Amino acid sequence: MQPHVVIQTEDFNVAEVLTAMRASDLRVGAICTFVGTVRDTRMLTGQAMDEVVSMTLEHYPGMTESAIEAMIEEAHQRFDFYQAKVIHRVGELKPADQIVLVAVTSAHRGESFKACEFLMDYLKTQAPFWKKEQTPDGAKWVDARVSDDKALARWGIKSSNA
Amino acid sequence: MKLRLRYFASLRESLGKSQEDLTTDAKTVGELRDQLLAHGGAYLCLARDKAVRMALNQVMVAEDAPLTDNAELAFFPPVTGG
Repeated sequence: MQPHVVIQTEDFNVAEVLTAMRASDLRVGAICTFVGTVRDTRMLTGQAMDEVVSMTLEHYPGMTESAIEAMIEEAHQRFDFYQAKVIHRVGELKPADQIVLVAVTSAHRGESFKACEFLMDYLKTQAPFWKKEQTPDGAKWVDARVSDDKALARWGIKSSNA
Repeated sequence: MKLRLRYFASLRESLGKSQEDLTTDAKTVGELRDQLLAHGGAYLCLARDKAVRMALNQVMVAEDAPLTDNAELAFFPPVTGG
């Protein structure tokens, strides 16, 4: 069986992942996906110093995988879905690159929608990744957002990450 | 007891190292943090007014978590993945 959690430097192909998830389970009637990407602000802001030229993602090998596996286990306790797959890239990323994929299969749409959002909310505040943005003005670690803690609180889980 | 400390992201940069091994009589994660802070200098990046998260044997913990021999204790800033 393929691992549920993959941390990799390479890009991923969403269509291939979804095809494989469906092919391996004929019960699937719904598949919900979230793809997080690097925003390309260079054409929008007009403020050269804010332009993100590239982004470097660091993580805690071992803990990252086990933490996300535990999140998937927690999601299984809450929602009636078949399979969840999380692919998260690390290393250097450029504007418009894909960062993360969360894909969830279920019989009907409701459970996979909920599980997908739950997993992303959880991941944002509890998985050990750190982003560093490279701009023309220098490098800067990205600040955690209080809104992400609030997003997880909607599921009844207290987070004080930010 | 013996511990392996690991530092990530901005804390790794502030301390200039990603890990170190030490022997301590600290009983909890918080006591160990106090001992590191007592060194001053770069260790002040672990000060209580800074946002620092901790993981013991790769699970997020609070400062009252008891230390165990040969544990891996990690310090890092708030996470920003996804």
